[in-house]
Amino acid sequence: MTVELVLRILEGDRRALARLISLIEDDGPPAQAALATLYPHTGRAHVVGITGAPGTGKSTLVNELAKGFRQRGATVGIVAVDPTSPFTGGALLGDRVRMRDLAGDPGIFIRSMATRGSLGGLARATGDVVKVLDAAGFAVVLVETVGVGQAEVDIARTAHTTIVVEAPGLGDDVQALKAGLMEIADILVVNKADRPGAAQTARALEVALELGRNSAGPGKDAAWRPPVLKTVALDGSGVAEVLEAVAAHRAYLESSGLWSRRERERARADLTGALERELLARFVARVGETALEEWADRIARREADVYTAVRSLLMRTDSGGCG
Amino acid sequence: MRERLRVLIAKPGLDGHDRGAKVVARALRDAGMEVIYTGLRQTPEMIVEAALQEDVDAVGLSILSGAHMTLVPRVIQGLREAGLDHVRVFVGGIIPDEDVPALKEAGVEAVFGPGTSTQTIVEAVRRACGEG
Ligand code: B12
Ligand SMILES: Nc1nc2c(ncn2[C@@H]2O[C@H](COP(=O)(O)OP(=O)(O)OP(=O)(O)O)[C@@H](O)[C@H]2O)c(=O)[nH]1
Ligand SMILES: [Mg+2]
Repeated sequence: MTVELVLRILEGDRRALARLISLIEDDGPPAQAALATLYPHTGRAHVVGITGAPGTGKSTLVNELAKGFRQRGATVGIVAVDPTSPFTGGALLGDRVRMRDLAGDPGIFIRSMATRGSLGGLARATGDVVKVLDAAGFAVVLVETVGVGQAEVDIARTAHTTIVVEAPGLGDDVQALKAGLMEIADILVVNKADRPGAAQTARALEVALELGRNSAGPGKDAAWRPPVLKTVALDGSGVAEVLEAVAAHRAYLESSGLWSRRERERARADLTGALERELLARFVARVGETALEEWADRIARREADVYTAVRSLLMRTDSGGCG
Repeated sequence: MRERLRVLIAKPGLDGHDRGAKVVARALRDAGMEVIYTGLRQTPEMIVEAALQEDVDAVGLSILSGAHMTLVPRVIQGLREAGLDHVRVFVGGIIPDEDVPALKEAGVEAVFGPGTSTQTIVEAVRRACGEG
């Protein structure tokens, strides 16, 4: 059944594509079988991440970027992530509101995703959904993260090119020092440039970039200086420059060999991530949910600490590990 | 059965009354569903396309403009043509009682007017989508 779904996706069936994305969100063996079949068809799309604080205009910018890519002949898949409520498990996914210009274009596919408990700014399944859109033939995949602070930097691992969006009036200087986000930016955008303070924000970012460069360790890509660009996503001004920067960054990644290095890093992160989840699931299946809950109770009551609990749980399985 | 119900809430036509749609969207989210909100001024074609891409279990249409008798059947026909017969359709807003039978005949699951408690709406969506 999943094989048939995959074949339909490769033939361009959008309903099959939507269906498989749901299966992947819910996880499980059918989703993994489908991903295995699709995997050889991936590796062609340019994955571009759009991240930044809540309300800076990420969705509005995605709308404009997608239109720009379409004018240049590229098809575009979009994944827009919004947070799941930790209390109810529900989510209000509202990014489509800003993407209405993209309706009716068969060269575009938009999917909203809830984080479902993941904390890094993306959902657990986002990386796999990106692979499905890649395999389905979209030349560019745009990934909008949840509105983030400074710690939610998963996007840097998922995307080839990361755009960090700022806006004036968010407490500029402090904002610019949010080291986590600055470090992952390949392109910095000051959106809402129609508002007062945009030039100031751009300058603050330039200064912060300069400081970051001087103290950058050997791991930093020294040859790429993230451009700081001003846009008004509401009317599209400045967006052409962002598109040029995205193309330039791609060219840089390819000519410098970084494209394949990033692919390799991503492969390793995917591998360890999947291993962690699988090992934990197997382990829990083996010792039982109840044993885990009992230890959690004991830790909460200060009768044991986490490390004692882990050692004791591992000892209950014969190998000391799991498998 | 899937992990979480997914519901699309849309405002078709030129109707600018969006309070009810937002109230319902929030109530469904608080009931643990994933709610995709499309915003104002959606054509039936846009709603069908979003329902397909988002792989939803239900579509909720909020209409206070009086245009429900033309808009709702077009959405339902579009869903059928797209192969989305399994998607349940709910309608809310200002809908005169005498129009309700025709809407249900066209395939609407249930119609809710002003003053309906959100609990009633949540339960109706759960029931229609095979939960609760
Ligand atoms: C507030 C209001 C406005 C506000 C809207 C603000 C906004 N952003 O929403 C403003 C002042 C802008 C406005 C303007 C107009 N309005 Co007005 N407005 C109202 C009013 C007083 C209340 C609507 C409301 O927000 N109710 C609160 C919400 C929570 O209730 P609700 O929408 O009914 O939703 C509930 C249920 O219907 C249901 N529900 C709703 N949607 C959905 C969806 C799903 C999926 C489900 C399951 C359930 C569901 O659940 C909700 C919770 O119980 C109504 C009168 C009334 N009593 O309904 C008139 C009313 C809707 N307006 C009306 C009119 C005519 C207009 C104008 C054309 C007036 C004019 N001549 O300028 C303009 C048009 C604006 C536009 N662009 O469309 C008429 C519509 C007449 C008709 N359909 O035949 C009404 C009925 C007043 C009347 N008696 O004449 N309006
Ligand atoms: N003045 C101005 N407003 C803008 C601009 N771009 C977006 N906005 C407005 O800013 C608000 C937020 O825009 P979104 O695109 O939803 O922002 P977002 O970053 O995607 O928001 P979240 O996904 O909630 O984090 C909306 O009201 C937009 O209309 C701009 O260039 N100038
Ligand atoms: Mg957004």
